[in-house]
Amino acid sequence: MEEIYKELQKIVGAEYVSNHAEERFMYSRDMGTMLPSMPDLVVMPDSPEEVQKVVQLANREGIPIVPMGGGLVLSGLTRPLKGGIVLDMKRMNRILEVNEVSRYVLVEAGTSQGMLQAYLKRHHPRLKHSCPDAPPIATIGGNVLIHGSGHLSHAAGFHSDMCNGLEVVLPTGEIARIGSCSTSPYWFSRAPLPDLAGLFMGWDGTTGVVTKLAMKLYPDRPFNDARVFITADPDLVPDVINRLAGAQVGEDLNSAINYRPGRTNVFPIVIITYGAETKEELTWKRNLIRESVRKYIDERTGGFVPFPPDRRKAFLQAPNTMLTQFADARRGGGFEYVGSIMPIEIFGDAYRAGVQISNRFDIVNGMGARVIGLAHCMMFFFGYPFNRADESDVERAREALEASNEAALKLGGIPWKAEAPAQQQIIKHMDPNTFELMNRIRSVLDPKGIMNPGNWEVN
Amino acid sequence: MEYAEILHRCFRCGYCKLPSDYTDLNCPTYLKFRFETYSPGGRMWLLRAWLNDDIKTSPRLAEIFFSCANCGNCIEHCVFPEFKADLLNAFVAGKEELVNEGAVPPSVRDYLQAMSLHGNPYKLPEAERGSWAEGLGLEPYTDQEYLYFVGCAGAFDERGQKMARAVAGLLKDWGVSFGILGAEERCDGNEVKSLGEVGLFDKLARENIQVLQNAGVEKIITLSPHGYHAIKNEYPGLGGDFQVYHYSQIMGSLMEKEKEFKNDKPLRVTFHDPCYLGRHNWEYQAPRNVLNALPGVTFTEMDRTKVNALCCGGGGGNFYTDVIGSGVDSSARIRVREAAEVEAEVLAVACPKCAKMLEDAIKAEDLDEKLRVMDLAEIVQTRLG
Repeated sequence: MEEIYKELQKIVGAEYVSNHAEERFMYSRDMGTMLPSMPDLVVMPDSPEEVQKVVQLANREGIPIVPMGGGLVLSGLTRPLKGGIVLDMKRMNRILEVNEVSRYVLVEAGTSQGMLQAYLKRHHPRLKHSCPDAPPIATIGGNVLIHGSGHLSHAAGFHSDMCNGLEVVLPTGEIARIGSCSTSPYWFSRAPLPDLAGLFMGWDGTTGVVTKLAMKLYPDRPFNDARVFITADPDLVPDVINRLAGAQVGEDLNSAINYRPGRTNVFPIVIITYGAETKEELTWKRNLIRESVRKYIDERTGGFVPFPPDRRKAFLQAPNTMLTQFADARRGGGFEYVGSIMPIEIFGDAYRAGVQISNRFDIVNGMGARVIGLAHCMMFFFGYPFNRADESDVERAREALEASNEAALKLGGIPWKAEAPAQQQIIKHMDPNTFELMNRIRSVLDPKGIMNPGNWEVN
Repeated sequence: MEYAEILHRCFRCGYCKLPSDYTDLNCPTYLKFRFETYSPGGRMWLLRAWLNDDIKTSPRLAEIFFSCANCGNCIEHCVFPEFKADLLNAFVAGKEELVNEGAVPPSVRDYLQAMSLHGNPYKLPEAERGSWAEGLGLEPYTDQEYLYFVGCAGAFDERGQKMARAVAGLLKDWGVSFGILGAEERCDGNEVKSLGEVGLFDKLARENIQVLQNAGVEKIITLSPHGYHAIKNEYPGLGGDFQVYHYSQIMGSLMEKEKEFKNDKPLRVTFHDPCYLGRHNWEYQAPRNVLNALPGVTFTEMDRTKVNALCCGGGGGNFYTDVIGSGVDSSARIRVREAAEVEAEVLAVACPKCAKMLEDAIKAEDLDEKLRVMDLAEIVQTRLG
């Protein structure tokens, strides 16, 4: 590995390669409950060409490569399960182009969500991107490639749906462009070509290293508001969501429930945010939202919660810092999180499954859902805080996580950004021909199996 | 180790790396080195791992800890209200442990040796501490209203001496009743403490307190925000209670009376907030009041100001130990590029360490023709005619 170390130093510069114990420790784990797995080297490239040279070297030598953005996935996807090189992509953080008319931005994959948000506010104040509720240091690349979602997902779908195209270094070292950019100087769309973006999205870094992405941008309206609907019955939530989404005015639509074992009468809330060009339009949209769920207001089975302006501001905050603060709920520094992509109609069952798991493990549960694409599905999440200093507490969160994955699959959902054990759970439920196709595709793209090995493999 | 009980509570979410609008990286060491280990969250996790014996003492570990500039950006932007205030305390406690093990980078070792043997990092005789004031006709402190405390950089550093003299000259011109300690002054100890040499800090601080109390000092004007911070916030715990002002705070009130500005030639100025005046002591307005009161001066803010200011990289002892080092990603160089971007002719400073760091960065960035560093007092003097 010493020779490899020297070659990597020549590629990216000596200061951006490390085999020190400190970096190996840090890049062997993330904030979730998965056990650490040590890299041999950590490398920080600065260009697609540097990534290409690193990948070519790894391919020649058969060394595993694990691409990493913000490393905030919580499910340990950037742990190098079979050692090798962790590629920290965050030096590649340039914003390369904003097209105001066709509303897209081209960024390097390591660009942070926060940096893009700040850049747009300053230079293109009438445009915004969909910001996830991950901390702002989370990268655009990492989030898109795990099918992330965010503050415009109700209006426009998963972040992967908002991606117009990619530049990717293939596991054999070629640089390929996916989408309109493969044929045109513009990064306007993935259509009408065969959509090869699917070869890289949702694969958790097992098919290549994405170096650039074009993302759709959306109008940043001057007037914004949030409304919160509450009902005592979780089984009403799917219809509430369906009706609110049907109004087609919301940008973001979330439900939230905090459950503590032993507590009763936990009411789910549904939060809808929306923007407008004028105050009048805002009022008009507010009325549309109200009318969409009038049935429940008239029946007195639900209603909107009045709340002061400072609370409203918190609902509109992107990203929402409250979610990060959940990590200190047990004065412990960690939370584990199962986000499962599910149909809306099983909201009530998912909620009850979460309550049952919380009671079984005596653990606080942050549950909720982000509605994707006008309620075509939801990312339902079960989150369990743990105390990092107490191994038994970490283990309990890990067990709750596994139980949640099982529950989600049983209900008909699919765990999102699944950790390696959850991938095994998914594969068990998956159509075998689908898994076989995945393997065939991967063996073509990555004949030496160097890309994030240990993921999406049968043990 | 003190503060060990909060280490595991860091989620390593990374808010601490950024300013409040998330524009760009705002932690000087993470900005330079880019490995997660060099971020505040990285330090929290590494320190815990080190205390748990999961990683061993090493030169790399020492570099990671001693490159922290103590700028306070992490405290300002951490989203965990219950323990954020103690982030730097934990890092200093970690450095203290490393000092006790003798596991410090060579430049830190040299600095601490110089401080122990000579009382200053320049290895100059302490008898020369008052030489900066030669020819100014300043009076030793007897019973004047204020004591003017210049600190090591003001006493020995060439750039710092210029600042010390500019401030003293202005105070004198404006009739402020003040005296100096000259050779009797000792290092304020702020950098010694931030480098984890708590015993030596204690000694230096007690010596200063004794001298100040013996002289009957009640009010102190400091040149350096670092000295201001130490005397204002650390000395009371050792029995030294004084009314402490940074010179920019005194200037602000004096300028309200000033009618004698003769030069109103247009000048575009921006201001670099020193961390120990700003984030550590919440004084953002006094320097701006000075600049805004000057005829002809157009004051322009850089992108990152006040709580979001990008540190020059000289804090935490790095001014003397240079563990962060130079290069295009050093915060001082990024900072002067920001000043040039707002088309300032003058990058105003209120700290002798910032002055030197940023002057060197202007040279490294080849911006000498466009931008120069001036201290607040130097700018005011040029406006007086």
